[in-house]
Amino acid sequence: MPAHNPILRSPRRRSVLPGFGMSAAITSLMITALVIVPLAVLALRAASLGPTDFLAAAWTPRARAAYAVSLGASLTAAIISSVCGLLVAWVLVRIDFPGRRLLDALVDVPLALPTAVAGLVYSTLYVERGWLGRYLVPLGIHGAYSWLGIVLVLVFVSLPFAIRVVQPVLESLDRDSEEAARMLGASRVQTFLQVIFPAIFPAVLTGFALALARALGEYGSVVFISGNMPFKTEIAPVLIVSRLEEFAYAEATAIAVVLLGMSVSLLVIVNWLQQRVARNSQ
Amino acid sequence: MPKPTITSANPLTHRLLVAAAVGIVGLLIVVPLASVFAEAFAEGPAAWWRALAHDPDTRHAIWLSLTVAPIAVAMNTVFGIAAAWLVSRFRFPGRSLLITLFDVPFSVSPVVAGLALVLIFGRQGLLGPTLATLGWKVIFSWPGLVLATTFVTLPLVVRELIPVMEAIGPEEELAAVSLGASGWQVFTRVTLPNIRWALLHGIVLANARAMGEFGAVYVVSGHIAGATDTMPLRVEKLFQEYRTPASMAVASVLAGLALVTLVAKFVIERRLEAEARELEAARSLPDTIVGSGTPPDAGPRTSTQGPTA
Repeated sequence: MPAHNPILRSPRRRSVLPGFGMSAAITSLMITALVIVPLAVLALRAASLGPTDFLAAAWTPRARAAYAVSLGASLTAAIISSVCGLLVAWVLVRIDFPGRRLLDALVDVPLALPTAVAGLVYSTLYVERGWLGRYLVPLGIHGAYSWLGIVLVLVFVSLPFAIRVVQPVLESLDRDSEEAARMLGASRVQTFLQVIFPAIFPAVLTGFALALARALGEYGSVVFISGNMPFKTEIAPVLIVSRLEEFAYAEATAIAVVLLGMSVSLLVIVNWLQQRVARNSQ
Repeated sequence: MPKPTITSANPLTHRLLVAAAVGIVGLLIVVPLASVFAEAFAEGPAAWWRALAHDPDTRHAIWLSLTVAPIAVAMNTVFGIAAAWLVSRFRFPGRSLLITLFDVPFSVSPVVAGLALVLIFGRQGLLGPTLATLGWKVIFSWPGLVLATTFVTLPLVVRELIPVMEAIGPEEELAAVSLGASGWQVFTRVTLPNIRWALLHGIVLANARAMGEFGAVYVVSGHIAGATDTMPLRVEKLFQEYRTPASMAVASVLAGLALVTLVAKFVIERRLEAEARELEAARSLPDTIVGSGTPPDAGPRTSTQGPTA
């Protein structure tokens, strides 16, 4: 990295390279206008409510239920994505089989497919007459207009994050320590749990955090499949939108701030965990 | 690739693991993708075409998406190049905070982002009265759609460019400046050729996200049919009106676009890998034309960026 390149060190000592002023102007204009000001306005609007009104708006029974559905479904989906993601990443890195490249490419589909399309398709797949629903509904498994449906689409949108973060780490993993463990008599399971897993755990955790953050904020796909029933299958972003459509701006803002707080604090917690794991493994 | 070593599992375990992975990807990704096209063409290509071309609101939605996405992508391209140049070529206080800020749109729910824009530009928003006297409409109109789309795609171009520009280093640009090139010449003759594949990669990803964005756009659009409905919003509206076949037809266009995106991404990634290898080979030559003769301090460009979307 050019970090210690003296020519780049400081703009004050007049860098030889041109364009500091212009690139700084464009960058700060865009970041201020699109990120800082909108989020500041959101926070100020919520703060202007005062604590009592804020709680009254953000902590209604319906809102609490929505947070619970959002958190519960997102956590479930992020866990499923992490487990499935680790398995798929492992297979892609460690096993050579016909169609490996195709499988690898297919993993990116949820990143490119609009979430509305995903929601639409999932809801038609799992209804009673759908391709999958016709086998599942008779068994009592309702994958559409249910909590399970929310989890299904959230797994879909968050799976690539879990896979793509673990994959490069698995690729760069040193195979020698694995072989040493095996030769010293460790079983395959022991080797995985005690040699491989500790090495990839920070990556798995990062993938989990990204999957969770994505799932918590997801709206487009869920709105199709959840049925959006208050207290049962209504997630927080859907509640924000329905408050907004009733022109209840204060309430929408209060709920949005809670949702924002949830995703930010989750990311902070997992960042901290990750640093601890990294420190312990040294 | 893996030759049999003491750590390789037996073929049966391998087969089970592959079957599980194929099952997961198949059930979660392939079946839904296949069913979009199957449902869209269930009544034949003629019905599909009629659903798309003979509905004025759908036509308008396609046109609107094709207008809004390129504007948002263009804004992000300018921002991405400027921001990547700033943080990869200069060191200044607040630099790492700035890099963190680039990623903020990824952790904010699109719905929350849309709401924030409504609070600024909406009728009761901060700038609402001013905009009303000027006669400008942002919310429930296309400028709002552009702003919301630009926000959600903001990190995509810059995140592709930073690692590539850091890996390439400033030597060639410094050489150009010392030979008397102007800033614009340095950019068009040296920087741009070096980053073109990474830039294209970012643009392709940003475009896919821009065409498909739903949550943020839903909030600011007011979803007025024939006026502010983009393609994804049209998919939802048709679905709500119980016109699922028409909804599937629009969805299939978006899904086709996603497949084109993936093919483009695949091709560009091959090019990027090839260029990263070339760069590394050039760096490892002693006393090369590229560097100052010191061993490479720019590490290999590994994909530590994680997925981008």
